[in-house]
Amino acid sequence: MKLYCLSGHPTLPCNVLKFKSTTIMLDCGLDMTSTLNFLPLPLVQSPRLSNLPGWSLKDGNAFLDKELKECSGHVFVDSVPEFCLPETELIDLSTVDVILISNYHCMMALPYITEHTGFTGTVYATEPTMQIGRLLMEELVNFIERVPKAQSASLWKNKDIQRLLPSPLKDAVEVSTWRRCYTMQEVNSALSKIQLVGYSQKIELFGAVQVTPLSSGYALGSSNWIIQSHYEKVSYVSGSSLLTTHPQPMDQASLKNSDVLVLTGLTQIPTANPDGMVGEFCSNLALTVRNGGNVLVPCYPSGVIYDLLECLYQYIDSAGLSNIPFYFISPVANSSLEFSQIFAEWLCHNKQSKVYLPEPPFPHAELIQTNKLKHYPSIHGDFSNDFRQPCVVFTGHPSLRFGDVVHFMELWGKSSLNTVIFTEPDFSYLEALAPYQPLAMKCIYCPIDTRLNFIQVSKLLKEVQPLHVVCPEQYTQPPPAQSHRMDLMIDCQPPAMSYRRAEVLALPFKRRYEKIEIMPELADSLVPMEIKPGISLATVSAVLHTKDNKHVLQPPPRPTQPPSSKKRKRVSEDVPDCKVLKPLLSGSIPVEQFVQTLEKHGFSDIKVEDTAKGHIVLLQEAETLIQIEEDSTHIICDNDETLRVRLRDLVLRFLQKF
Amino acid sequence: MDPECSKLLPALCAVLADPRQLVADDTCLEKLLDWFKTVMETESSLHLLQDHPCLMELLSHVLKTQDVSPRVLSFVLRLVGIFAAQEDCFQYLQGELLLGLFGETGALSWTAWNMPSVRSGWIQGLCSLAHHPSALHFLADSGAVDTIFALQGDPSLFVASAASQLLVHILALAMQGGASGSPISEAAAWPICAQKIVNHVEESLHSKATPQVTQALNVLTTTFGRCHSPWTGVLWGRLSPPVACLFERDPIPAVHSLMDLLLSVARSHVLNFAACGLWEMLAQTLSRLSPTQAGPLALGTLKLQHCPQELRTQAFGVLLQPLACILKATTQAPGPPGLLDGTAGSSLTVDALLSSKSACVGLLCQTLAHLEELQMLPQCPCPWPQVPLLGATVTILRLCDGSVDPSSSMGGRLCGTLGGCVRVQRAALDFLGTLSQGTSPLELVLEVFAVLLKTLESPESSPTVLKKAFQATLRWLQNSHKTPNCSDLSPDALLFLGELFPILQKRLCSPCWEVRDSALEFLTHLIRHWGGQADFREALHSSEVPTLARQLLQDPESYVRASAVGTAGQLSSRGLQATSASPENPLAQQGLLMDLMHILSTDSEGFPRRAVLRVFTEWLRDGHADVIRDTEWFVATVLQAVSRDLDWEVRMQGLELAQVFLIQAMGQPSLHCPYTVGLPEATSPRPHPEFLQTLCRLPLFEFAFCALLDCDRPVAQKACDLLLFLRDKTTHCSGPQEAGDSPNSASVEAVLQRWREGEQGQPLGDLEPEAMLAILRSLDLEGLQGKLAKSSDHVEKSPQSLLQDMLATVGILEENEADCY
Repeated sequence: MKLYCLSGHPTLPCNVLKFKSTTIMLDCGLDMTSTLNFLPLPLVQSPRLSNLPGWSLKDGNAFLDKELKECSGHVFVDSVPEFCLPETELIDLSTVDVILISNYHCMMALPYITEHTGFTGTVYATEPTMQIGRLLMEELVNFIERVPKAQSASLWKNKDIQRLLPSPLKDAVEVSTWRRCYTMQEVNSALSKIQLVGYSQKIELFGAVQVTPLSSGYALGSSNWIIQSHYEKVSYVSGSSLLTTHPQPMDQASLKNSDVLVLTGLTQIPTANPDGMVGEFCSNLALTVRNGGNVLVPCYPSGVIYDLLECLYQYIDSAGLSNIPFYFISPVANSSLEFSQIFAEWLCHNKQSKVYLPEPPFPHAELIQTNKLKHYPSIHGDFSNDFRQPCVVFTGHPSLRFGDVVHFMELWGKSSLNTVIFTEPDFSYLEALAPYQPLAMKCIYCPIDTRLNFIQVSKLLKEVQPLHVVCPEQYTQPPPAQSHRMDLMIDCQPPAMSYRRAEVLALPFKRRYEKIEIMPELADSLVPMEIKPGISLATVSAVLHTKDNKHVLQPPPRPTQPPSSKKRKRVSEDVPDCKVLKPLLSGSIPVEQFVQTLEKHGFSDIKVEDTAKGHIVLLQEAETLIQIEEDSTHIICDNDETLRVRLRDLVLRFLQKF
Repeated sequence: MDPECSKLLPALCAVLADPRQLVADDTCLEKLLDWFKTVMETESSLHLLQDHPCLMELLSHVLKTQDVSPRVLSFVLRLVGIFAAQEDCFQYLQGELLLGLFGETGALSWTAWNMPSVRSGWIQGLCSLAHHPSALHFLADSGAVDTIFALQGDPSLFVASAASQLLVHILALAMQGGASGSPISEAAAWPICAQKIVNHVEESLHSKATPQVTQALNVLTTTFGRCHSPWTGVLWGRLSPPVACLFERDPIPAVHSLMDLLLSVARSHVLNFAACGLWEMLAQTLSRLSPTQAGPLALGTLKLQHCPQELRTQAFGVLLQPLACILKATTQAPGPPGLLDGTAGSSLTVDALLSSKSACVGLLCQTLAHLEELQMLPQCPCPWPQVPLLGATVTILRLCDGSVDPSSSMGGRLCGTLGGCVRVQRAALDFLGTLSQGTSPLELVLEVFAVLLKTLESPESSPTVLKKAFQATLRWLQNSHKTPNCSDLSPDALLFLGELFPILQKRLCSPCWEVRDSALEFLTHLIRHWGGQADFREALHSSEVPTLARQLLQDPESYVRASAVGTAGQLSSRGLQATSASPENPLAQQGLLMDLMHILSTDSEGFPRRAVLRVFTEWLRDGHADVIRDTEWFVATVLQAVSRDLDWEVRMQGLELAQVFLIQAMGQPSLHCPYTVGLPEATSPRPHPEFLQTLCRLPLFEFAFCALLDCDRPVAQKACDLLLFLRDKTTHCSGPQEAGDSPNSASVEAVLQRWREGEQGQPLGDLEPEAMLAILRSLDLEGLQGKLAKSSDHVEKSPQSLLQDMLATVGILEENEADCY
């Protein structure tokens, strides 16, 4: 059993598990932090961005000035943003049988895998994962295609040139594998390979293993996966949450008794408590708006935004913000808000029960009805007519490199009355803000990451008790910025095995058993013999049939009559002959009684020696020794076959035959 | 006993003796016992029994049949105890009755003995009875003492505890009778009853079973706590060796009871501690117990008045140890001298701190609370290690907020254990607040401010932690660099405020109402202290805090609105209101007055309305500009709103405001203090007739008369006081008119009469001051004051009413019974 690690990002994993005869890809997350090296794509022509000076080498060589621009001491690539794909060289991805998706954030690389590697398998995901995943991809494609960029920079990626660049471009890894965004066509084709599954549904893969999605409590339709054969169980835990937010709660019990637990997708901000952050978010929002400023919340179109809107729903009246408009701008805003209301079966109990009242499970429906929350596909069109300030705008993309957020950063960045509040934890807010510097607008960082923290993980591990834990290397040491926080790492026994990008791990357990079925007629013919209370044995002579990873014992063919004529050989003759077998022996020989029996049968001068493994009975007169061990008995005598047979029969008296 | 009750008693006794009559309410029986006790204080119980044969009948009926309910049985046992407390009555009852109830063939043999209430009644009966030497003989002869020993282990904790108390009571009684004056040094010469108890306690101390040891220790603790006669010294002399032996056992049994005993003995005045080895025992115990166990003992030891310095040092060391460990684990360099130089016992403390989160949190919270308590006591150790304690407390808070970079692995683990721990944060902030009283070096004060800012700013801080942080901040601001005769803020405190206001702004917008509330309270305190100081005013003005605070007048949470009212009132008093400058913009200022008036007349919750009145009263008292502008209008409007208010506290506050108004116009109330008799009477200004007209117009009289009939007693009392004050001040004002002279006053009387009858809709109408004064004089205000001073249930509380109630309840029960068929 091996694990191929294709992504180094702990919350955007992409691993391949070889288990029995199957090759299973676990998630295919797309690391988008690479886009932070690029200039933002402005929706409206931005004189500031288009007039940035080109970057030149120290010696004044300016051959890169078309590709690289300088802004407030940072250098950015002036090109269509590119993403860092999972490793494609470590394993032939065309051999992947299935891809299991755990949540919509962890499938963003899917089109790269399914469309460009010769992949012919099936992708399994829950319906909300697929639908919201589609929205995220659609938004991404839209954001990037909306702002066509004539130029594509590639010179800087040359290894010799990259060395000369300033940080962080110099240190960017695997730049040669960075790719531009996929197209909508590729997205559709990739999504068509998805087969929808429900929680706890058992899916057979080639008869060899069974995979089951379990609720992980992190997002709508998010799952952990169990991959098991009859005697082995691997649990794959991706983004999971124990907090009571909108999704169905996490199913922990089914993770018990795993041989291996692959643990990814823990919180990226282990020291921040989501409740505190939500409070911080609300306070800063109210403070800004009361002072007449606008609030910008860069966010994904699904996920935490639902919870934020719910909190605001409860908060705005009490904070006297009822008259402040809330805008949600995304090409998929409408679909996202509506999808969230129809996936009732994937929601937490509270929200599920609302559906029967019937009421919309999320209160944002009421915000929309009362015109407090308005949504638009983009800043163009209706929005520009309705736009009123001060206001609160939720829009993407959280990297601040593309999407409508770029426009608002340009628009509001100059006034200290406005505030940008970062709630998504995926991007470093300082890096995201770098191309907008100098910035007068206030910046508040309140990352809300509901995924498991280390205390919750240690409780979880205590409860489910896996034999081995495998996790990204980042989780086996405290975060670099807080090296003394020994509590901010996974602490388990035996210590967790860690992986990093492009590494292959041999998982530390051996398969010992395989389940074999016995055909009824064969089972009928068995005559078990009880050798110990509760344990019976029977010998079986049969033919082992193996097909589709299933093993069946069938009755042996009847011994064929010797061919009467010289006809052509029949097929059945290929079956090996079943020889008449010697009976099997079981039991142990009680030495004292054995010696007494020997004496009864006329042997004298018997000595017994204890050895490490058993006893040696010495018949000194007969110059013979009998070596009795746990699993063998040897009679050593000097060419006296009669004596040997006599002794053998005496030994056999103490053993059971069958 | 008053004759009315005497008449009711036979019927009641019959009810009690009748098993079919159920006394539904236990509290009635308790009240009945209380009443008998009071009667017995003044009357002879023997006479009472003789005068009321029904009582004897009840007792003998119960003795014979026992077919009454357990609660009546318990009642009877206790009643007999009360009677028999007087020796002559004891003799009267002694024969069959007492033995039959308290002897071995008595209650013990009843089936109802299984009920804890009966056993408890038996004990309490004996406890009341044991008040004279005859009782001692009775106890010895009846075998009751052995039963009490057994009851010490009763499954009902109340019974068990009462049994122990009774033993102490009997022991004290025996010794009181036995030793007159000088102690009997030989325990062997003690009264038999006492010897028996002491022997039993001694045996129990030798027992291997912890519950028995605990019982014995509890008896001793109570004995030393209650009895301070010389014989207790002899008792300790005899029992201290077996107590000392308990410390030899592993584990030490009944640790908490043992500590209680040692402290109880140490608090006793009669013992010669040095001779009896108590200090050694305490010292030994302190060193043997785990840090968590030793904490309370150490605090108790430090509270002792005559305690050797060496022991005090040891005890203080125990309390300091956990904080010393924290400092050691987090200090990088050896640095300045820590809390404790020696390391004795520290490994135990370290183990306790690291063993588990709950142990660590428990030990730290306990230590911090103990030190906080200690610092406020006169016994506070001197010199007090202010600097290291402050350092340790700041470190603990920083461990909680994760901002410590620990130098050791232990520090790292503490960081993980204490990260975000609310309990420890609260305890540390409390102690930090207390530490502000000491003198600390500037750099530490700055550290305190930094950690407070961090706590106030952190999104992770829970509302309760924030509240504590606000309180601690206030104390530090008050005490930082305190110089005599200077209430100004130090420059450091001003810098701190500059950073504090933005945080306060955020907190005023918190989605959690508790946070908004504590932020407002904190702000009000700040303004009250430093609102007059220019630097403070400038810092406050340059922030959005006043605007935000004003906005919270519309908060959906009533507590927050109430606090916002207080803050806005305070801001306005100091001329710090939200709008830029008040003198140039009187309209905005008037705006607040109108806002508060609006809250007073429309807010659905009581708290904000009460807060408004408090602000208004203060404004009136301090001569707030808006109030002075038209005081009459102001008072009239307020009284009009208040008179309709459903909240009695608001009406009370309204009267308070009226009183302030009157005092300002008429001077302080004359003192009725006996010591001032000899002083020449202060010439109080005679109220101007026009002022009386004003009072009628306001209408203050109507408001006060109305309040006089208020169904809430405190309001009526206050109104009564107010009218008395008015009457005093107007004695010389009136003309020759008497009440009833004018038609006007007659109609007022008529209206008042109707008010009394519950028709309060009708106004008094326009009145002349003369009529008002006449009525004022005609009312029996003193009589009313006396009536109101009695508790509202004084009529219902009378014994007669109790007996009637009990009989009536039984009657109702009977009716119900009849209904059933």
